[in-house]
Amino acid sequence: MPAVTQIVRLTVNGDLREVGVPMHFTLLEALRYGLGLTGSKQGCDKGDCGACTVILDGRPTLSCITPVFEAEGHAIVTVEGLADVEGPHPLQDAFDLHGAAQCGFCTPGILCSAAVLLEKTTSPSRTEIKEALSGNLCRCTGYSKIYDAVASAGQRLQVEAQLGESGR
Amino acid sequence: MIRKPHKDKSDLTLIGTPMRKIEGLDKATGRALFTDDIVLPGMLHGKILRSPHPHARIVAIDVSEAEALEGVHAVITGGDIPIKYGIIPWTADEYPLCIDRVRYIGDAVAAVAAVDEDLAIRALEFIHVEYEELPAFLDPYESLAADGSTPYVHEPKKEGGNGNVTKQVCLEFGEVDDVMAGSDIVVEGEYFFEGSTHAAIEPHCAIGLWDGVGKLTVWSATQVPHYLHRELARVLELDPARIRVIQPLVGGAFGGKSEPFDLEFCVAKLSMLAARPVKILYTREEVFYAHRGRHPFHMNYRMGCTEEGKLTSVNAEIVLDGGAYASFGLVTTYYAGQLLCAPYSMSAYRFDSTRVYTNKPACGPKRGHGSVQPRFAFEVQIDKLAERVDLDPFEFRRRNFIGSNTRTVNQLRITSNGFLECLESVERASRWRRKFRQLPFGRGVGVAGSTYISGTNYPIYPNDMPHSGVQMQVDRSGRVSVFSGASEIGQGCDSMVAYIAAEELGVPLEYVRVLRGDTDFTPVDLGAYSSRVTFMLGNAAIDAATKLREMVQQAVAGEWKIEANEVLLAGGIAMWASDTERQMPIREAFNLAEARFGTLGATGWYNTPKDVHGDYRGGTIGASPAYSFTAHVAEVEVDVETGVVEVEKIWVAHDCGRALNPVLVEGQMEGSAYMGFGEALMEEQIFKSPEQGRAGLHNAPSLLDYRIPTSLDTPEFESLIVESIDPEGPYGAKEAGEGPLHPSIPAIANAIYDAIGVRMDKLPFSPPNMWRAIEEAREVGALGKPAFPGGLPVTPEAAPARSMSSGS
Repeated sequence: MPAVTQIVRLTVNGDLREVGVPMHFTLLEALRYGLGLTGSKQGCDKGDCGACTVILDGRPTLSCITPVFEAEGHAIVTVEGLADVEGPHPLQDAFDLHGAAQCGFCTPGILCSAAVLLEKTTSPSRTEIKEALSGNLCRCTGYSKIYDAVASAGQRLQVEAQLGESGR
Repeated sequence: MIRKPHKDKSDLTLIGTPMRKIEGLDKATGRALFTDDIVLPGMLHGKILRSPHPHARIVAIDVSEAEALEGVHAVITGGDIPIKYGIIPWTADEYPLCIDRVRYIGDAVAAVAAVDEDLAIRALEFIHVEYEELPAFLDPYESLAADGSTPYVHEPKKEGGNGNVTKQVCLEFGEVDDVMAGSDIVVEGEYFFEGSTHAAIEPHCAIGLWDGVGKLTVWSATQVPHYLHRELARVLELDPARIRVIQPLVGGAFGGKSEPFDLEFCVAKLSMLAARPVKILYTREEVFYAHRGRHPFHMNYRMGCTEEGKLTSVNAEIVLDGGAYASFGLVTTYYAGQLLCAPYSMSAYRFDSTRVYTNKPACGPKRGHGSVQPRFAFEVQIDKLAERVDLDPFEFRRRNFIGSNTRTVNQLRITSNGFLECLESVERASRWRRKFRQLPFGRGVGVAGSTYISGTNYPIYPNDMPHSGVQMQVDRSGRVSVFSGASEIGQGCDSMVAYIAAEELGVPLEYVRVLRGDTDFTPVDLGAYSSRVTFMLGNAAIDAATKLREMVQQAVAGEWKIEANEVLLAGGIAMWASDTERQMPIREAFNLAEARFGTLGATGWYNTPKDVHGDYRGGTIGASPAYSFTAHVAEVEVDVETGVVEVEKIWVAHDCGRALNPVLVEGQMEGSAYMGFGEALMEEQIFKSPEQGRAGLHNAPSLLDYRIPTSLDTPEFESLIVESIDPEGPYGAKEAGEGPLHPSIPAIANAIYDAIGVRMDKLPFSPPNMWRAIEEAREVGALGKPAFPGGLPVTPEAAPARSMSSGS
């Protein structure tokens, strides 16, 4: 009695992918089980913990409560898509440097929320960081190191932007 | 096991400096693999059917319809695995799947393996179980009072006994009653610590793979792969040499993954029957049922002191609500009393601690196992005593400091002890002297202290083998490989062994590979529990690395015609201490050593000192090679109209012996303080009462309704590392992962009292509980700023008398 499956077309991390999934699949299930992108995590499967957060058209989105067919035609970025050929995203490097990932299970979702924040401003206040991450539960760190990492990544993005403007 | 004096800080190049974790970037890029990220060819998905009743007899189970479904490959029930398991060898009381009786809502009854998760879920609906409901015990005092007229939660161990009692411990040190009677001041209080759960963000997950001819592999999100290995062999009646346990990275544990669970046995058995790999991933709801979290504690404390503020006698009576199974409960019952005898000295101490079964998910070890609850009561009691003798609570604690290189009243051996420095650090950083009793009404500060073990001196099953071992090899490229069986649960133990290998062998950190978490190729480490890993694994790693380093030094010394101890290894080079211009790359040094000694590898291990603590029955529980110490100050604001408590900041000072990597130590301190904060204000693992219907059902098995702190709830932390350089710890290190949780809760309680003059002796300090306490205080005129020590009220709101029960 296999479930009814259908082909869905997803634009993930710049790649257009087609994958056959049961109609009721969430975006998280399609990413993890359909496309093998296991970076996004399932912590609660009902939108409570934020570990599944991806970036959908520039907005942090809970992939575990997003029906996969609603994600068609939208640009999806997962934790695997934050780095580029130049190397890790400054946020990823900062999380490593500051010890912001302990067990690392909430980290992919937090990085996606933080990346969206830094797209808006590279000099967020501590309150702005807290608000941006308020939908992502972390059980290890007490959040302090995460704030430090986000702030320092913002600073690095600022410096990079200035260097870019001055033509390096 | 090689033991040498610690190096001075000036002789250390990496240890003590901020370093990245070896898997940090993997975790930040999504490359890190957790158990549920693993997919095996042909893998089936399993699901477990759970009891809807808190207490019932299983009359019959019919699985035939489920078995007949297309795509279902195996269905198992209790009879398929009829051997009990349990982490403590003397209290195994759980079947992987219940056989004749279910004991809580959520108890496992049957399991299926099917081609996908959807089908597995649907197949459960085709299993028919006939239950005969039994009266349920939900209140620990009802469990205690049971007379056998209805079935106990478990059969009594002795005929005529109360089967609802897991363990009862009463230990007395000194003449408690006489000393109490002679005390100038006695304060008595009733305390309640509500249960809480770990809520690691990764749900439990396991995969079983039976190879068809006798070898079983189990991947599991466990923090005790060695104990899992043993229990799989025993319960499945397999040769342990044919079992391989693989531990992928673990997405948080906090004690919640420190024993075997139903799913690990089920994936193994289902795989054996289906001849296919089988994965089971708990839903979040199942994680709440699996639980093993903090026991609810009902506590009565009587404590006496002299007029000068010298602690005299302590008497504690404790009832632990254990839930349906024993879990670590035997140990918890002891820890409830054994870990309270430092950092303060006392001349007499008694605790009477009883753990009872109830028909709720089993409680077990959560970060700060067994001692977080009594520490809350104890430190609030200290605050009350200090007030009674008109002493600043810091001063009271200093007067009772137990000191270093001493023994507690219950005969635990204390060596290094940085508690006074912890007190000084938080007192200064928080500007305590300008705040205590002087902030405006509604704002307050509170202090609390604590101690914790750095591992246990005795393993869970009696044996004389090392507690931790590592294997290390160097190769011709200059690389060092470390084989570690320790459990990386986010605390950084894989990185810790890499730091030690790099430090001792003089290679850059990126030359070290840690091969980990696989019982097929790593020596045994007992697991991530009791704050043992840095202490024991660290010593094992130093042991192995020292053996290799000495071979490399000898080989280089032979080449240069100098003494071996004149050869320094650091930063990727070997050099002559007398003339550091004389150098060779570390790779050449390794090659010289391999040419001289053959292929280079070494094992290292650590075993604990035995017989250094008390030799009374129970004296082994709480015995540790070293103890950490902590002090917190919390600053709060209380809204007396709404009952909302805002914790603005917690200053955390922790004596970790030596911070091998201060970034990771701070992370443990902040994470601990955060977790304590959450328990103090928000978290409640509670169950529906008979009046609410569905008695015994978990009230809120989700991360929305079981409220853990978000970024917006969590206070600011300031971490203050204190280094006492322990004589036995690796480079002097002690634990940092659990100790710093303890004082959060009493520090907040004491701060609430400083803010509004209301004692919160019952957790959590949630708005409803706070509001009720505030209204009661208002009615008796007790709401107000307490008096400054010495009796001088500092604000006009200060209320005159407050009630407090006292004896003598």
